[in-house]
Amino acid sequence: MNAFSGGLDWLATSAHWHGDDGFPHRIVQHLGYTALTVAIASAIALPLGLWIGHTGRLRGLAIAVTGALRALPTLGLLTLVVIWRGIGLTPPTVALVVLAIPPLLAGAYAGLESVDRATTDAARAIGMTEWQVLGRVEVPLALPLILGGVRAAVLQVIATATIAAYPGLGGLGRFIIDGLAVRDYPQMVAGSLVIVALALILDGLFAVTQRALYRHQ
Amino acid sequence: MRWFLDNWTDIRGLAWRHLWLSIVPVVLGFVLAVPIGYVAHRWRLGGSALVSIASVVYTIPSLPLLVILPSLLGTTFLDPTNVIVVLTIYAVAVMVRSAADGFGSVSEAVVDAARASGYSAWQRAVQVELPLAGPVLLAGVRVVSVSTVSLATISPLIGVSNLGSLFTDGFQRSFATEIVIGIVCVVVLALLLDLLWVLLGRVAMPWLSVRGAR
Repeated sequence: MNAFSGGLDWLATSAHWHGDDGFPHRIVQHLGYTALTVAIASAIALPLGLWIGHTGRLRGLAIAVTGALRALPTLGLLTLVVIWRGIGLTPPTVALVVLAIPPLLAGAYAGLESVDRATTDAARAIGMTEWQVLGRVEVPLALPLILGGVRAAVLQVIATATIAAYPGLGGLGRFIIDGLAVRDYPQMVAGSLVIVALALILDGLFAVTQRALYRHQ
Repeated sequence: MRWFLDNWTDIRGLAWRHLWLSIVPVVLGFVLAVPIGYVAHRWRLGGSALVSIASVVYTIPSLPLLVILPSLLGTTFLDPTNVIVVLTIYAVAVMVRSAADGFGSVSEAVVDAARASGYSAWQRAVQVELPLAGPVLLAGVRVVSVSTVSLATISPLIGVSNLGSLFTDGFQRSFATEIVIGIVCVVVLALLLDLLWVLLGRVAMPWLSVRGAR
């Protein structure tokens, strides 16, 4: 329990809550990476997933690709892109976007598939165009599953953005990587506790949002 | 390719270690998750709570958990046991849900029929429900297996070597080939392990391939 209470002491030290190395700045960086990554991944995966779900085409391919992407180790991808492109925002963004695409894609196409065929046929029968069917019928009905995909993507990226610190970027992973370099376990434990808390809080926020959406329906 | 052949013995050693660090958590996770999933399925009120607890556990980020765990377990920081425990925790968290879904997919009429022909609760669970839930359980194992092999690569960051060491080593030497080979090895290992589960599934559930052939 020693390193654990050391970590709590580290957390309680006010000097660790100021400046560029302080928790607030690192938390903002961490959330910044997450927002950027999930935004890019959504821009790629959501339209693609909606198209697959709406048309029913390439479904087998989508399942195979998401499976293969899940097998790709993020740390390997990250270090590889660092060697190719140098240290910067690009490597962690690429690696984390690849991580975020499978849950987003799966949420989008599974969401549309869950919509009852009779409902979309009825929408067409009353004269809706394909775009109206998608926008006014399928997406609203599929929203809980689509949002479930976003939730999974955000949580995976929050957890994995930690390793962006390994090739020298910021974020909350810095406390773990820096602490490891000088065998400062309390610092590592403190950083870890903050990441865990951040993930649990975000998950809770998503749960509340999803519940509000269900009630709205 | 040349580098791969030159370093074959090292890579083989890392791959064995990686395999061991992945198989143990998947098997342990399965053994622990099936009974928990069965309880979650049978016990309506507490069941959904069990499944939500599992999903909260799954949201805990892995690297931080690897850091916190030694001080809770009393193990040393570099002990591979930490990696196995962390990966097992995630495996259980994912498989509890798929096990509960699997038992949920078994028709109640079949369970009632087994009860009517005099099967005890224990016999029903093991001889009727478990085999019928098998396909969903197998799907759960396959998902967990792929993600475990991939997740295990972060353990070199806390000093436990496996195929992920090819990433950290390649990074420190700015040697892209080593990283590419590492990625390929991890993906191949994940596929081989997946194949193993599929084959084990065929052996354990021979009736499925018969139905598929028809």
